[in-house]
Amino acid sequence: MQAEEKFTEMTWPASPEKATLEAKNKFLGFWFFLGGETVLFGSLFATYLALKDKVPDSSHPLAKDLFEMPLTFLATMFLLVSSLTSVYAMYHMKNYSFQRMQAWLLITVFLGACFLGLEVYEFRNYVHEGHTFTSSAFGSAFYALVGFHGGHVAFGLLWILSLMLRNAGRGLNLYNAPKFYVASLYWHFIDVVWVFIFTVVYLMGMVG
Amino acid sequence: MSTIAQKKGFGATVWDYLTTVDHKKIAILYLMAGGIFFLAGGLEALFIRIQLAVPNNDFVSAGLYNQILTMHGTTMIFLAAMPLIFAFMNAAVPLQIGARDVAFPFVNALGFWLFFFGGIFLNCSWFLGGAPDAGWTSYASLTLNAKSHGVDFYILGLQISGIGTLIGGINFLVTIVNMRAPGMTYMRMPLFTWSSFVTSALILFAFPALTVGLFLLMFDRMFGGNFFDVSAGGNTIIWEHLFWIFGHPEVYILILPAFGLFSEIFATFSRKRLFGYSSMVFATVLIGFLGFMVWAHHMFTVGMGPIANAIFAVATMAIAVPTGIKIFNWLFTMWGGSIKFTTPMHYAVAFIPSFVAGGVTGIMNAVAAADYQYHDSYFVVAHFHYVIVGGVVLALLAGTHYYWPKMFGTMLSEVLGKITFWLFLIGFHLTFFIQHFLGLMGMPRRVFTYLPNQGWDTGNMVSSIGAFFMGIAVIIMLINVVVTQVKGVKVGNDPWGDGRSLEWSIPSPPPFYNFKQLPLVRGLDPFWIEKMEGKKGMTPAEPLGDIHMPNASFLPVTISFGLFVAAFGILFHVDDKPWALPVMIIGLGITLVSMLIRSVKDDHGFHIHKEDLENEDKGVKA
Repeated sequence: MQAEEKFTEMTWPASPEKATLEAKNKFLGFWFFLGGETVLFGSLFATYLALKDKVPDSSHPLAKDLFEMPLTFLATMFLLVSSLTSVYAMYHMKNYSFQRMQAWLLITVFLGACFLGLEVYEFRNYVHEGHTFTSSAFGSAFYALVGFHGGHVAFGLLWILSLMLRNAGRGLNLYNAPKFYVASLYWHFIDVVWVFIFTVVYLMGMVG
Repeated sequence: MSTIAQKKGFGATVWDYLTTVDHKKIAILYLMAGGIFFLAGGLEALFIRIQLAVPNNDFVSAGLYNQILTMHGTTMIFLAAMPLIFAFMNAAVPLQIGARDVAFPFVNALGFWLFFFGGIFLNCSWFLGGAPDAGWTSYASLTLNAKSHGVDFYILGLQISGIGTLIGGINFLVTIVNMRAPGMTYMRMPLFTWSSFVTSALILFAFPALTVGLFLLMFDRMFGGNFFDVSAGGNTIIWEHLFWIFGHPEVYILILPAFGLFSEIFATFSRKRLFGYSSMVFATVLIGFLGFMVWAHHMFTVGMGPIANAIFAVATMAIAVPTGIKIFNWLFTMWGGSIKFTTPMHYAVAFIPSFVAGGVTGIMNAVAAADYQYHDSYFVVAHFHYVIVGGVVLALLAGTHYYWPKMFGTMLSEVLGKITFWLFLIGFHLTFFIQHFLGLMGMPRRVFTYLPNQGWDTGNMVSSIGAFFMGIAVIIMLINVVVTQVKGVKVGNDPWGDGRSLEWSIPSPPPFYNFKQLPLVRGLDPFWIEKMEGKKGMTPAEPLGDIHMPNASFLPVTISFGLFVAAFGILFHVDDKPWALPVMIIGLGITLVSMLIRSVKDDHGFHIHKEDLENEDKGVKA
């Protein structure tokens, strides 16, 4: 099968993300990349756990003083639902319905942007309470871990948006199908990392 | 196609190499860049030995000595050994598995240029206020308060070249999984391909830890972070853990491909199938796995407590088992073989006792209680030079001679090669053997000078003389390279006459599409099997058809160059230089725009048509 070939709904292969050799390589290579990313976040988690609540003096706020359930819960919901909508998008990609895929991707991007907006708002609050990147080792480790994740979300938004814009005029083919698929894999990965951040940083932070 | 035979101008050749995505040309780039950094690191080593040749020497000052020492280690590990290994991986692995290129040719080129610009950036420190001076391990307790920008060059330079290595590793993993020729099952892959596979996996899971460590250090030094600042609640031990979680697998990243190269050489020149092939594969994977379990043996004296020390000590000793399996397999490969003592075989035979000596001192160091005595002494210096020079560097020199004909189509002189070998081997043992005893007599590592009459004077002089033997050996090898290339005597497909794997079944150097028709692999050592049945070449697995090839691209250079520029901005932003921020933005802009161009511009590659391939055949015959 050629990457440039034109398809109809009938001739579209069952797994377009793995239909060509280039696509297979991309698919596998991205899984490996996510393996490396896991070590990256693992190292950041380890750093955070080692430096949690390590502050220069008692006036500095600790995890239990800072984190609040309603805000983080809402952010978590935004991101989890965006992962679901990206699954819908990939469902339509596999069925060769380009417009529906674009629509679900747009919803995914919107939810991701909401998450990012809440995160910025949350960070702003913490800064007002005296919990900044430079105020303590706890602050550095917190913003490094959660900020790295936020940076990944921002990059993912730009990535999915540029894919949508670039291919808006020409629809699906075997050249861009694996690109969409890999972007959605990345988005799931970000979501999984957030599940761990929610547990390790926020839930464990609130119970002390 | 006639373009191959065309004579190109100098400019066209340079442009060709700047834009190439061909793994064989990238191999040559890695070999040249890694070779130049190897010479730089070697020069630094000679300066160290000149300074230490006699007590109370003042050849260099204490501060400059620290810079030379740091740069020697950093250059040799990151900028010489790693890229030279990547050179042979690029040159041999796609050919050994019967592929036309790697899985991601563009990423392959990008990996090289990131490494290259990272290395150049690191070495710019010499001219911009002093090189890093906190040792190649760059412990946070030293680096946090370092006054010069040296350490910042270390952080940013290694960050850039580290990304290059990481994507190079992913590329080889996918290549080996997806691009194997028909019949090339996992258990038929040559050992060098297997070790490259395991090494790539180690790169993938080890380098992100270094990335994070370098980020944290960068935040602390340049952006007001407090990860390692004890007064703000930080902890410097975090750096040590992150560094060694990367750093220990790193030594296996270096040594496994060396094992792979020697496995090829032993089998080829014993003219015998590698003994215990499956146990070799198993041992390689096991070493890779255990390599992640032992990082804290670098930190026995930190104070982790007896339980942690005991666990890491036992895990470390366990690695001796798979390594011992390998040593015996190599010995048994030679046993009963019809051995041909070529230059690569000289290195291979010398490697066994040298590396075993390094392994034995490794076990001594692994005994945590005893390590309190060895720690930070010349005993440790002797140990790791025995494994790295006696293992990795001997393999790289052997590989240079072994694969030179396949990479360049000419044969290095065997006479000069053997002179290089003997000078290097004698110099190596002269330099480092005595250092075991210097260490046991109490000489500490990293000191820039020492007082006379402590029993160290003669030992240090002997060690310095040995270093010059190695220096002369390398110069003779360079002469060998120049003489060989000037003579330019071309060789055939299988210049050693005893090639076993697929790379020896195609011309030297191979055409840019490697295999006109993908070969059918019928067992381990596929080319040997065909030769034993009286055939000249491989049986094709497919009819002659169009070949799909990737397009050349200049973007890898611009992406890497952008990061190189941005790094200067980040580095000097600490000094409140007004130009620092714009430089950073411009640099990142170059990188991001290049990445965007790469994303939005479709790159379908091109096809070499069947007719052109047929014409080429006729052209050769006519």
